[in-house]
Amino acid sequence: MNLELLGITVLWTFLYGYLIVASIDFGAGFFAYYGKITKKDHLINDLISRYLSPVWEVTNVFFVFFFVGIVGFFPSTAYYFGTALLIPGSIAIILLAIRGSFYAFNNYGSRNSTVYLFLYGATGLLIPASLSTALTISEGGFLKVENDKVVFLAKELFASPYSWSVVALSIVSVLFISAAFLTYYADRANDRGARAILRKFALLWSPPTIIASLLVFVSLREHNPVHFNKAVSEYWWMFALSLICFMIASYLIYLKRNFGTAFIFVMLQFFFAFFGYGASHLPYILYPHVVLHESVTNETMAVALVIVFVLGLLLLVPSLYLLMKLFLFDADYVKGKKQ
Amino acid sequence: MELDSVMLSRMLTSMTLAFHIIFATIGVGVPIMISIAEFIGIKRNDPYYLLLARRWARGFTITVAVGVVTGTAIGLQLSLLWPSFMEVAGQVIALPLFMETFAFFFEAIFLGIYLYTWDRFKNRMTHWLLTIPVMIGSSASALFITTVNSFMNTPQGFDLEGGKAVNIDPIAAMFNPATPSKVFHVLTTSYMTAAAVLAAIAAFAIIRGKRSEYERKALRLTMICTFIFSILTAVAGDVSAKFLAEVQPEKLAAAEWHFETEEGADLILFGTLDENNEIKYEIRLPKFLSFLAGNSFDTKVIGLNEFPEDERPPLWVHYMFDLMVSIGFFVLAVSGIYILLDKIKRFNQLNKPLLWMIVASGPLAMLAIEFGWIYAEVGRQPWILRGYMKVSEAATTGDGVGLTFILFALLYLVLGVICVFVLIRMFKNTPAEAELEQRFPNL
Ligand code: HDD
Ligand code: HEM
Ligand code: HEM
Repeated sequence: MNLELLGITVLWTFLYGYLIVASIDFGAGFFAYYGKITKKDHLINDLISRYLSPVWEVTNVFFVFFFVGIVGFFPSTAYYFGTALLIPGSIAIILLAIRGSFYAFNNYGSRNSTVYLFLYGATGLLIPASLSTALTISEGGFLKVENDKVVFLAKELFASPYSWSVVALSIVSVLFISAAFLTYYADRANDRGARAILRKFALLWSPPTIIASLLVFVSLREHNPVHFNKAVSEYWWMFALSLICFMIASYLIYLKRNFGTAFIFVMLQFFFAFFGYGASHLPYILYPHVVLHESVTNETMAVALVIVFVLGLLLLVPSLYLLMKLFLFDADYVKGKKQ
Repeated sequence: MELDSVMLSRMLTSMTLAFHIIFATIGVGVPIMISIAEFIGIKRNDPYYLLLARRWARGFTITVAVGVVTGTAIGLQLSLLWPSFMEVAGQVIALPLFMETFAFFFEAIFLGIYLYTWDRFKNRMTHWLLTIPVMIGSSASALFITTVNSFMNTPQGFDLEGGKAVNIDPIAAMFNPATPSKVFHVLTTSYMTAAAVLAAIAAFAIIRGKRSEYERKALRLTMICTFIFSILTAVAGDVSAKFLAEVQPEKLAAAEWHFETEEGADLILFGTLDENNEIKYEIRLPKFLSFLAGNSFDTKVIGLNEFPEDERPPLWVHYMFDLMVSIGFFVLAVSGIYILLDKIKRFNQLNKPLLWMIVASGPLAMLAIEFGWIYAEVGRQPWILRGYMKVSEAATTGDGVGLTFILFALLYLVLGVICVFVLIRMFKNTPAEAELEQRFPNL
């Protein structure tokens, strides 16, 4: 495996990690808000906050890791995306900022302000929508290079069915992943009331996930036939595996059994879909301007980054394990018996 | 002054950084104070210090949140606003930025654990041990980010060929000449400012009539720390000035309105400058600039006239420098006097004027951080990468920076106001006495 492929694989893995942990977080915000306005907050909100409080900052770092990494490994992405995404990127930052801080304000400061919770819940759905735009743009067709100036074609983006199908997929995926995880968490906590509500959410959002994925496929075919053909001819099996995992997961949740296994299958479902999408996207990072092997940083830096990455993992994996052990796998904590 | 996208990008970058640095400074400094308080609390089995650590940590969660989100904003904005700079510099300086994210990661994990495990371990020392990775993580991230900023001042570790960086040596780029002095000064000032801010809060509580053991102990601890860190800050500032004199003389010369290269140069405090660069109303300390620059009263100090007009930094940075240094000595003096009065039992160290000066020290120290950075950054002008790339060549060509500026200004306003509001509410709702009784009923 050459360095640039290694680099992009590592980064893609982190983005996948972010996809999972952030979806849980984003969806949880939405459910917490929903719980509040439908007066079910006494059932689910404590559970949600028990999970989120210790980990939300970690979630954010996953994302920072990805974008610092991609700019480091592939500096020309900074140039193209940077110039093009000034406004959408800034809006995403502002949403992230509102979300993070209002989470803290609500949770540690003044408990139960509906306004804070609304901001926190609403941004949870808007952020995935705006971040997924970066992926949409990477399909090409939304940037134009005119005498050395990168121009962002916002009108095309807004008029594109592909772009909207990606937005739809990102939102329903967030709700599905989150509900599946929280059902598992509620199950561990032996909290039947919360589990029943969250399980209903999970089942409710499961069919839309698949419908939205199909929509993305259909519109990708129109938008970027090269990518579409590669996806269905070379990587069809990844998407097939994804579908199978989805079915197993939904079935288990439906049967009210093995919620943990079900969540692992949800993770696998997104793993296969995400990597199938990523692999078929290559060699382009930004179609057709940024190509993997041309845009990679100089070799010295790439090697240095990889070394640091490995050393960093040695530090992080045990620490993350400790975090999970204390807050995710510690049944007493999950049940709220330890503070 | 024209509001083109270069100017607007500078304004937006400065605004974001100026806002972030408040929270970043607290983020680097406060964990040290929490750790010290908890350690003393456990060792002496003193509930006051334990409560102090707890309450500081609780407030800290709020500032960390704002620090995280504004930091994320900077990280993205660097690419959004300075794409050409990031494309070239990114080739050389990606390493410390990448390492910084690991440091954050490490810190974030252990901070999460720390905040939610106060009563979970049998041995209280285990909980204290968690502060160590938090301190390491936050100080390491300050270290890494400061190497990036140092690199912008004294770039090395690459050659520029046809607009492309070649022969790259990431380690040399990180450990550039500006790194040691800058890191030293940035870390010490963060510790000092955090201690001063916490001291200001304690002093304010005492002024408002809360004179219990808790507030006194808080004030004493924070004042001693402020004093120690102020001394270190002054030492580090002196090291920085000597570094500038040797490697980046135009920055020091601009701060000192020092035009002619000469030996035995005077140090100029405040004053005004007219259009012929005549200095008036200044306080002149004879030969002290030479001393600052090289530890001897006849060191030769390079003047601004050695540099072409269009490569000289704006001269108003003089005031930034003077204000920073004045605040440094003010805080040092205030904390020194407090400790002296505290030791000599005959005097009352809790007199109103001194308490008010302590209250002032907190915000002033934070202002000194701002002045120091503005001096360091504007003093680098017109360069973004000194000697290689000018600011005007690096900015985004995209439209809409003006709109983004307004959006972010609103965001910071809202975050700033609500942050203060939430912090005040948080501590008003659970006064220290009540919490002390609840947690340590047999006191
Ligand atoms: C609490 C804040 C504070 C205080 C009291 C001082 N400084 Fe400072 N100073 C900073 C906060 C700061 C800073 C924010 O940390 C800066 C900005 C960039 C940097 O490297 O550190 C800085 C920069 C800075 C520089 C420029 C370094 C460079 O650009 O490479 C010099 C020469 C000094 N300082 C010198 C001093 C001296 C002689 C002080 C006298 C006691 C002093 N500072 C007090
Ligand atoms: C590692 C930290 C930092 C980096 C990488 C950095 C980078 C930059 C960049 C890219 C610019 C725009 C180009 C320029 O005008 O030179 C800038 C300008 C500026 N920054 Fe920094 N900066 C850092 C820290 C700070 C902090 C903490 C502050 C404020 C407290 C600050 C204050 C400013 C100001 C006032 C300007 C405007 C200078 C001018 O336009 O004349 N900087 N910085
Ligand atoms: C420990 C104290 C600090 C904290 C808690 C902090 C917080 C953050 C965070 C959270 C990020 C984004 C990365 C993430 O989400 O984890 C960030 C990035 C950044 N911070 Fe700070 N910061 C600190 C110190 C500083 C200092 C001292 C400076 C200026 C000298 C600074 C300037 C920057 C810059 C330029 C970035 C963007 C670079 C990147 O993407 O990594 N930070 N900061």
